[in-house]
Amino acid sequence: VSAQLSEVARRAVDAARAGGAGEAEVYASRESGREVRVHGGEVESLTAATQSGLGVRAWIGHRVGYAFGTDFSDGGVEAIAARAAAAAAVADEDEFAAPPAPAEVEAIAGLSDPGLAASSADQVADLALAVERTALAADPRIAGVEQAVYADSAERVAIASSTGVAGEYETSSCFAYLQALAEGEGAWETGLGFGLGRGPDDLDPEAIGAEGAARALSMIGASKPASRACPVVLDPTVAASFAGLIGGGLSANAVQRGRSPFAGRLGEDLASEALVLFDDGRDPGGAASAPFDGEGVPRRRTALIEGGRLLTYLYDTYTANREGGASSGSASRGGYRSLPSVSASNLIVAPGELALEGLLAQAGEGVYVTDVAGLHSGVNPVTGVFSVGASGRAIRAGALAEPVREFTIAGDLISMLAGVTAAGSESRWVPFGGSVSTPPLLIGEMAISGS
Amino acid sequence: MSELVDPAVLERVLSRALANGGRFAEVFAERRLGFSMSIDESRIESVQSGAEEGAGVRVIEGGTTYFAHVDGLGPADLERAADEAAAALRGAAGQPRPLRSESPQPVAIELRPEEVAPERKADLLRELDQRARGRGGEIAQFTASYAEARRQVTVANSDGLLSGDDRTRTRIGAQAVARRGDSVETGAETLGAHRGFELLEDDPALIAEQAAGKALTLLDAGPAPSGSMPVVVGGGFGGVLFHEMTGHGLEADHIQKGASVYVGKLGEQVAQPLLNAYDDGRLPHEWGSDAIDDEGAATQKTQVIEDGRLVAYLYDHVTAERDGVPSTGNGRRESFRQLPIPRMTNTYIAPGANVAPEQIIAEVEKGFYAVSFGGGQVDPATGDFVFGVSEGYLIEGGRVTRPCRGATLIGNCLEALAAIDAVGDDFFMKSGICGKGGQRVPVGTGQGHVRVKAMTVGGTER
Repeated sequence: VSAQLSEVARRAVDAARAGGAGEAEVYASRESGREVRVHGGEVESLTAATQSGLGVRAWIGHRVGYAFGTDFSDGGVEAIAARAAAAAAVADEDEFAAPPAPAEVEAIAGLSDPGLAASSADQVADLALAVERTALAADPRIAGVEQAVYADSAERVAIASSTGVAGEYETSSCFAYLQALAEGEGAWETGLGFGLGRGPDDLDPEAIGAEGAARALSMIGASKPASRACPVVLDPTVAASFAGLIGGGLSANAVQRGRSPFAGRLGEDLASEALVLFDDGRDPGGAASAPFDGEGVPRRRTALIEGGRLLTYLYDTYTANREGGASSGSASRGGYRSLPSVSASNLIVAPGELALEGLLAQAGEGVYVTDVAGLHSGVNPVTGVFSVGASGRAIRAGALAEPVREFTIAGDLISMLAGVTAAGSESRWVPFGGSVSTPPLLIGEMAISGS
Repeated sequence: MSELVDPAVLERVLSRALANGGRFAEVFAERRLGFSMSIDESRIESVQSGAEEGAGVRVIEGGTTYFAHVDGLGPADLERAADEAAAALRGAAGQPRPLRSESPQPVAIELRPEEVAPERKADLLRELDQRARGRGGEIAQFTASYAEARRQVTVANSDGLLSGDDRTRTRIGAQAVARRGDSVETGAETLGAHRGFELLEDDPALIAEQAAGKALTLLDAGPAPSGSMPVVVGGGFGGVLFHEMTGHGLEADHIQKGASVYVGKLGEQVAQPLLNAYDDGRLPHEWGSDAIDDEGAATQKTQVIEDGRLVAYLYDHVTAERDGVPSTGNGRRESFRQLPIPRMTNTYIAPGANVAPEQIIAEVEKGFYAVSFGGGQVDPATGDFVFGVSEGYLIEGGRVTRPCRGATLIGNCLEALAAIDAVGDDFFMKSGICGKGGQRVPVGTGQGHVRVKAMTVGGTER
């Protein structure tokens, strides 16, 4: 099967050139996956999925076009290739548009877990049921679980180009999560628990269920906090969402086109020294890791912010060409349907010295934010200004106190980077904001709007 | 309506799907064609076209749905999906009813977008670019996008249903960045419909000027206020307020799991008597309209709030069967790769009688005027919602005074719904994309000006 995928990619490259493209690049993938949803101790749905497709990027001079499809037959591949060349003919010239040259690619061990294929549908259904059962048994105030889900996928990716790029790799991934419902003081509360891994053995269903229950229970009786400016501790799920927004602003594409708050600030000491941020496309623990990026350039580790200084942006081949530099291996794809675009792979916020208790003690009086809502509409990615809905716990006398909800936290991303007072010592992989590993973060002061 | 798959093949696939038992089986076959491009830095780029086809087969037995999907529409592809869906069942073979073909009328398309030369679409984006930049030197950046999508679907099930639809949607979007010194602001506008290229015959580039205008207006904005105050919400995409606050909580899957604040509220007064609201999948050419839903049920107009009383939930096949009621035609899926779930189509608050928007604003001493939103989010179980305001103003002494930046509206569904105390007689619809359970579907939202007596505005004003 693997030989077929590379073969299809090579065939499509030839077809694109025969169809009028000067240069061509083909990304092909084949994926199989499962999903189990459980509710009330029973399997609600069981999904078995296979999908495969290819995307052709064609260059005619400095014009680029793209086409994708699911038909791997000779005629199908030719039709996709011809559509890519036709699309290129419509685009305007862009002197920096060019395919990357081939580079040495080093494999990464541990991206695929054979245990995934070996696990039966019944076994993974049991895993999801255990997640739900644990949450329901945690406390009488847990009134239900809206859903508990297990999902996995095994994917093979091949890339080939007319400039000699050729590569292939296999990855597997799985996750489980639940949304627990707690009832108390006349209101309902929800709590998310989740786990990520390469195969089902990486997941701890009891821990996931317990986390969802604990989060829902902790919100019972929540009220609006008073409006003020105060220290804020972001838990890893929330810190990850903000790290993702910062990663988006560090895309050279956004910077070059004047749509990033970080434009023109390279080399500036704009962050607190407590905040160290990397992009690492090779960490086997990160879901986005791969030997090469969406255009075949090797993935790597890139220091973005260190010692308080903004060190670099993230580049694909096109944005690197615009500055006469080199790609950082940051061309990402949402599968064969999407053109490569610049984005972070796995963002890693370096852990600090203090356990959560230490962060809370240092905060003194403030708010511990465990959930944010409305990130897609409440953040302006061009200016970095944000105002988002939040919920969590009050921090009083350096410890967690009563739950708080229905308030907003507002500010801007760069002030927030400067305001990081300390990073916690315990990091966690979070699937929000992309793929992010981060500890909790203490921000010296943020604007809270509540009652 | 011509089927994507020969009915004889569909009957055979349904039989195979029921080979190990099941009380219901369904084949959903789909062909998806898309073409899009954008303009950025005044250059046409990201020109792309896609063609996919495949099918999803599901079998329902007891409370469990067994689902499999494959690429390709050949008989062997469909049979593989049927076999995979049936693989986990252990019962005796069932027999599907003979298929009876239904012929719903797809939404009529006057000018098929795929028959329009791509250069004409590029020229359209160039016109948008010029119109936006024509608003002056403070427009620092402008991007616009064009997208057409066609979905041909065939649905067949073991109850004997055989139906299909042919859907074409066209949409353009514009985003402007304005700059004055260190001040940077953005503005966006979209135009979309269940229509062909004829959508773009009447000055489509107006949206570019509107997006640029919003960004320029915000250059003069001050910080948004904070605290609880009356909020007047503008027409069109203001309807996303009702979509999030109420619509999601009425989707029957949330209701049946107890994960909605509207559980047990059917027949109750949840809003003031001035409020009437609908979900309507048949509004001509609206973005969220289709002839049938993704389970083959005819789309329909469903009144959900009648004179302030909650009168209906929104059902798909599975949830309707569970409650012993007919589906409301709200079973939708993003593609053949997902299971259908209850989703809104076009949801709107009906216009009030003889209430001018000016009057609604004039009655506010001090408040906030949210003309448009960037989007919103709700947790139907707790009722907590949040909306990002993309264009907002202060209301002082019954008059709209200065623009505000960075405002978020936050609150709880039941309280905010009950606090709607005025509905204007102006009315229009806007197009949006709604995400739920990882599936994105086109939805329409609409209303005239609506006033909420008290809502929390989360701004940055100190």
